[in-house]
Amino acid sequence: MAEAEEFRIPIGPQHPALKEPASFSVALKGEKILGVDVRLGYNHRGIEKACEERTYIQDVYLVERICGICSHTHSTCFIQGVEEIAGLQVPRRALYIRSLIGELERVHSHLLWLGVAGHEIGFDTLLMYSWRDRETVMDILTVLTGNRVNYGINTLGGVRRDITPEQAKDALVGIDKLEERTKYYIEVASQETTIINRLSGVGVLSKEDATRLGALGPTGRASGISQDVRKDDPYAAYGELDFKVMTDNHCDVYGRTIVRMLELMESYKIIRQVLKDMPAGPISVRAPRRMPAGEVLSRYEAPRGECVHYIKSNGTDKPERVKFRAPTLANVQAVKYMLKDRYLADMPIVIAAIDPCFSCTDRTVEVNDLDKGDTKVMDWQKLHDYSIDWYRQKGIDFGKMKK
Amino acid sequence: MTDLFYILVFPGFVFLSFAALWAEWIDRKVYARLQNRVGPPWFQPMADFIKLLAKEDIIPTEANATFFKVSPILALTAAITAFLYIPIWGPSSLYSFNGDIIVILYLLTIPTLCFFIGGWYSTSLYCRLGAVRTVTQLFAYEVPLLMGMLAPAILADTWSLSGITAFYTQHPWYWLINLIGFGVSLVAVHGKLEKTPFDIPEAETEIVAGGFTEYSGRLLALFRLTIDIELVVASSLLAIVFMPFGLHFGPLIGFFLYLAKIVFLIILFSLARTVFARLRIDQMIDFCWKYLVPLALLQLLINILLKGILPL
Repeated sequence: MAEAEEFRIPIGPQHPALKEPASFSVALKGEKILGVDVRLGYNHRGIEKACEERTYIQDVYLVERICGICSHTHSTCFIQGVEEIAGLQVPRRALYIRSLIGELERVHSHLLWLGVAGHEIGFDTLLMYSWRDRETVMDILTVLTGNRVNYGINTLGGVRRDITPEQAKDALVGIDKLEERTKYYIEVASQETTIINRLSGVGVLSKEDATRLGALGPTGRASGISQDVRKDDPYAAYGELDFKVMTDNHCDVYGRTIVRMLELMESYKIIRQVLKDMPAGPISVRAPRRMPAGEVLSRYEAPRGECVHYIKSNGTDKPERVKFRAPTLANVQAVKYMLKDRYLADMPIVIAAIDPCFSCTDRTVEVNDLDKGDTKVMDWQKLHDYSIDWYRQKGIDFGKMKK
Repeated sequence: MTDLFYILVFPGFVFLSFAALWAEWIDRKVYARLQNRVGPPWFQPMADFIKLLAKEDIIPTEANATFFKVSPILALTAAITAFLYIPIWGPSSLYSFNGDIIVILYLLTIPTLCFFIGGWYSTSLYCRLGAVRTVTQLFAYEVPLLMGMLAPAILADTWSLSGITAFYTQHPWYWLINLIGFGVSLVAVHGKLEKTPFDIPEAETEIVAGGFTEYSGRLLALFRLTIDIELVVASSLLAIVFMPFGLHFGPLIGFFLYLAKIVFLIILFSLARTVFARLRIDQMIDFCWKYLVPLALLQLLINILLKGILPL
């Protein structure tokens, strides 16, 4: 056959492999990928600006709608920040309930991812099975919160619904079932030849590259980076719970699958602990309408990686500025790198392996305050030092953790 | 007049179309049940077909209209023609001659080439990629398929299907010798039919619908019918070559046995679709040349040696 010519093929904004609009323009030579141009921003909804127009309590419900999968992530991340500004002491029971819903959300997100990954490699049976089993956790969430997604359980100063012992018992039955199914999926993923053929060695991202490109969450952990906000900077009840950060050294899509499956097992462990050790007491405290002036950076370990919310308050009942950084924004940089010199057939699974959530990522970029004259330019090193100092003031020393 | 009846009604176009849509239904239903879904009702493939026939044909302005329109018709014709040479209810087919097994395999290649031509002349990028994949795949599975299919003929020392069935009716247990060839051909036919794990030319998460992306309406309906007919023809061919037993019981029992055999084969196809993920094109080619071709060669060697040893 003659030398194949180079050409560009558009994957997106609308394409069967993508569940949300994003554009990947792939330069191909035959079946080989020469390079990829990523373009985001097709689903920008102006949520940050909308938050500035609403009161804090309205914002809780608005940020919950940033993402359909990790809705609890965003509302908890936001609310933690606001509570920190207000100096609220959230009751321990409320923190436990937040952790519980957060883990259930991780379970449903990871099971959903497993199905999507199966579909991307043309293995629809896995999709049908894992999504069927996912219904179990959706049912638990419905019983606990009243909704399958957008749980609406958070409120400023605590949570809105308590968990009764009967609900906890039902949830445990469901968790037992899910644990059994997850063991089965781990077995399938580690034995089925076509799955291993399609996943291992695909989308390789070494530890050095993962650090350099800022990969987070399961993507980073599959490259051996032991980084998890739940451990590094414990929020909600995670400081009191016993769990491990799952890492893997495969550095490829197979590793990311393994990490997610093992994280599911850890989540079941956490859920059992939370339901067993849940302290008694009130579930919320009264929160003020107006928040004192201040700014805060709140972190949360979403199923897809670290989610960051920045909130600036000016003493009124509305935030002056909010900024959300969804984990996909950090991981999408790595996709371009992972796809280089791979085959076109690997493209869907490599994109899917970061568990992208493009709608959550699409934000405006605003450059302002130039005319005030009090801006200062911080280079990467200064910014790095600043963040270490900032954490040291909060009592967390990253210098020690690095060993 | 009889010839016309054979070609158009039974076992030709009308019968074959119904059989093909029915085969698609079995495939979809079994696939769905294995995946814990309900699956479509029995008339679903027919309803899909009729619906597509009623839809508008859209031909892209950039596409070559002649090739775009001709390739589905040519593909369908070739698939139907191939079926006329396959024995169904008895040891002999309607139009039998020495060398018909080669002609059938040749006719079964034509739809694949038509998929390529249709996809290539659609000029869309996804279509072209799909078309190129179709042909790349053809080079991988065609060789083991031919070798696997011809091994039983070598043992029977004839190039006609009627001769092969006559030989295996005479020596009822000799079909067990060809089991390796059966396995090789069964896997290679997955490539021909573009079924998972070899559905690479139609990998929807990569290249949308491959060569069929620009097709719509009647032309797409014809292509889909061709794929279904190919399924039936390929299953019938596998059934007659590798499972040539029970053909001397007369037309009625023979016909039901034939149905049972192709249903069995279709269920095997659905099973493969359920338990395997789609391979990459490079993995598929590696697999065909590294494993299928040596196995097919082994079968040929066994048959050539046995021909000298066995009492024939």
